[in-house]
Amino acid sequence: MKDATFDFALAIGGAAGQGIATPGNILARMFVRRGLHMYAYNAYQSIIRGGHILLTIRIADAELPCHGDKIDLLMCLNQDTLDRHLPVLGPGARAVYNSGNVETGDAPEGVTLVPIPVGELTDNNPNKLMQNTAFIGVTTALLGIDFEVLSATLAETFERKGQEMVDLNVSTAKAAFDYTHENFETFPDLVPSADEPLAVWSGNDALAMGGAAAGVKFYAAYPMSPATGVLHWMANNARKLGIIVRQVEDEIGVANMVIGAAHAGARTMCATSGGGFALMTEAIGAAAMMEIPVVFINVMRAGPSTGVPTKTEQGDLWQMLGASQGDFQRFIVAPMNALDAFNTVPELFNLCDAAQCPGIVLSDLLISEGTFSVPAGKINLQPEIDRGELITEPRPADDGGLADPGGREGGGYKRYELTESGISPRAILGLEGYVHVVSTDEHDEDGVLISDEFTNPHKRRLMVEKRSRKFEGIVGRVAPPELEGPADADVTLLGWGSTWGVIHEACEQLADVGITANHLPVKWIVPLHGEQIVEILGKSKRVIMVENNQSGQFARYLRGETGFKADGHIRKYDGEPFMPHHIVAGVQEQLADNIEIYVPQHEIMV
Amino acid sequence: MSETKTAEPAAEITSKDFKGKVDPDWCPGCGDFSVLKSVQVALSDLGLKPHEVVTIAGIGCSSNFPGYFNAYGMHTLHGRSLAVATGVKMANHEITVICTGGDGDGYGIGGNHFTHISRRNVDLTYLVMNNQIYGLTTGQISPTSDLGMKTKSTPFGNIEKPLNPLTQAIMNGATFVARGYAGNQKHLQMLIKDAIQHRGFSLIDIFSPCVTFNHDNDYAFFRPRVRKLEDEGHNPEDWKTACEKALMWGDEIYIGKFFQAQRPTLGDQEPVLEEGGPIGHRPIALTDEQAEAIIKPMM
Repeated sequence: MKDATFDFALAIGGAAGQGIATPGNILARMFVRRGLHMYAYNAYQSIIRGGHILLTIRIADAELPCHGDKIDLLMCLNQDTLDRHLPVLGPGARAVYNSGNVETGDAPEGVTLVPIPVGELTDNNPNKLMQNTAFIGVTTALLGIDFEVLSATLAETFERKGQEMVDLNVSTAKAAFDYTHENFETFPDLVPSADEPLAVWSGNDALAMGGAAAGVKFYAAYPMSPATGVLHWMANNARKLGIIVRQVEDEIGVANMVIGAAHAGARTMCATSGGGFALMTEAIGAAAMMEIPVVFINVMRAGPSTGVPTKTEQGDLWQMLGASQGDFQRFIVAPMNALDAFNTVPELFNLCDAAQCPGIVLSDLLISEGTFSVPAGKINLQPEIDRGELITEPRPADDGGLADPGGREGGGYKRYELTESGISPRAILGLEGYVHVVSTDEHDEDGVLISDEFTNPHKRRLMVEKRSRKFEGIVGRVAPPELEGPADADVTLLGWGSTWGVIHEACEQLADVGITANHLPVKWIVPLHGEQIVEILGKSKRVIMVENNQSGQFARYLRGETGFKADGHIRKYDGEPFMPHHIVAGVQEQLADNIEIYVPQHEIMV
Repeated sequence: MSETKTAEPAAEITSKDFKGKVDPDWCPGCGDFSVLKSVQVALSDLGLKPHEVVTIAGIGCSSNFPGYFNAYGMHTLHGRSLAVATGVKMANHEITVICTGGDGDGYGIGGNHFTHISRRNVDLTYLVMNNQIYGLTTGQISPTSDLGMKTKSTPFGNIEKPLNPLTQAIMNGATFVARGYAGNQKHLQMLIKDAIQHRGFSLIDIFSPCVTFNHDNDYAFFRPRVRKLEDEGHNPEDWKTACEKALMWGDEIYIGKFFQAQRPTLGDQEPVLEEGGPIGHRPIALTDEQAEAIIKPMM
């Protein structure tokens, strides 16, 4: 990542129902079309009307790893927003609010208040959304962007609502734009432009698109925050991509339905959050036992139980590790950002097809519900597809299809044939010549149950070992984690999954305060590159693990797998994601005081 | 019926072609033997080949059905056969799907899926071997056990009203609802053939006595009580009479086809299935046009 010369964060705050999304989308579109990079994080609550939402949109002329630390421009749609956030604004920041209905006290030193008489500028239009449009005009003016850029975006946004609505929004924005130029200074840094406009997606879009690229033809879900976006993307794109998308009565039904469709030959996927995943759990073992490949996505939110539905956490790792009864293998992968999530899904499908087993993608609210820019050229929708040892052609009777001594169709085919690799060629259901039964009961090579009448310990052992053999050497099929930053750094920060971006930025900030830090991000949980990780960490001067949970789930897992014990920990479990300065402070505290676990206090109250 | 499935008559197929690799381990006298035989006869009569059929079951005595049957088979989780089967049917709408299981599996732990598959009208046949008891767990009440029934979990008698799967299915939107009796195999075969040929979700609740754990509802109980709807000229389009007859329980208990209606199936309404064969058999990589269509709205 190159350093940004322009780095600006805009926050829009208000209550649910005040229409925060629209100005957010309009501004985001203006920025990414200029080729600026964007990382947006929406702090919200499980409420349809009311409460408090704070949408932070960070833009820069270089790739952005996280939503950062600061707010440069706070757009207050109500009094509550100003009251909450004005005190935490830093020097140089500005707060925009409607002087007609918001009162303010003293601003912190260096913070500029930008009161806008929205009523006067809109001829007292009773439509409350006009305030939002006015504020977009204000923002455009403060950033020194030409009004024509905004008017074109407004025209496009409101086109489907008719010319009258377009005109009203443009004139309102213009009045506010002019008023701002007459009364306030623009920000000192001009908003740059790049040649190529960027695309915009959310992490859930990326996960869904990864599924589509992998060739998912059946997707089922039960709506659950923060995973619902995957369902929405799939439903919107189903027809043009030939994907069957079903909303199902519960996650138990979802998981079993995708297993059925997978057995019939389709690549299938489903996404949920921890609670829904709990209901899917039994089916994950069923997929393992029947040896049917399916990809399950868990978008983590703060738990336990219903928890905090709109807040993030990395608290489900052990749930994934232990999902379903019995002793069996499953892939678990925690992507590091949206693009990584997109690329990971097809890779995981290839692995699941190869090993004929379930795979789990562990995302979280931060990745899934974040909105990000992405260069369209980086989105490869036609990745390599490898379905492993899959039989898709029929074998008619005159071609060895009836090899059974009893003359029964498919008799010569052993679905669970004992092979050296443990992988038995998998015939999809319905092919002539491969009739067989799959079973969640333990079975022999033929699929015949050994559990009910004669539980044969020798056969049982062979089948357990066969399934286990499929994973021998599989760790070599996925990329090991790589150390980022100087090898001889003072501190090594070890994180997993979605903390990649914030740790990345924290390392840069640490360098600014004279502490060299490197970063080992772990993505593959199972298989885990235990040896490589320990080798890297063995050379580190001081290892600090960063996790978005309270108990150090990855720290405990890594210790269990490798015996490695970190020197210290930075943990956060208040529902809000880390900001880079939290990690910087944690490292400084640990270097100074030798405390073992640092827990930052989140400053922004949302 | 205006819409029926066509199956080529294949002289060489007999019920023996559907005989499984192992013999059932059901108790001697179990009603499930009759159901197994009836399905084998029905399929061979319809000229279907083993690879054109999949039997999907949950867990329980009757759910061991796929293992005793030569066709594609799935022995899934307790209560989940209908969910798995919906996925199978969506990914391969050309295969004949038969779900089998018991009253506990289908109406108890799997009750949610039973409700929703009815309203979705998924084109498959669901055979519930209803013995009004949990057999494989050695005798506890099921959702269809009679009031007052004494079992290991209700030593002082069942206080919960049994549910009626037939009226439930009719109300929820199932388009073929019948009741069979293991003691009348010929009638049962007819019902099964009719159900398989029906386009839509077909339920046959089958009295399949548990000779080991249910001594209240055995053959001696049913034999003098069962009456065939067909003998009374019942009109299966008449859902109200169907419900009245289905709710009768006492000296006269009806078997036969209670209800049948024509309504688009889930698959019929899925545009993705209009052409191109089963989605499970299609090429899966995205085309250039599809990739372009995905990126465009992101810009």
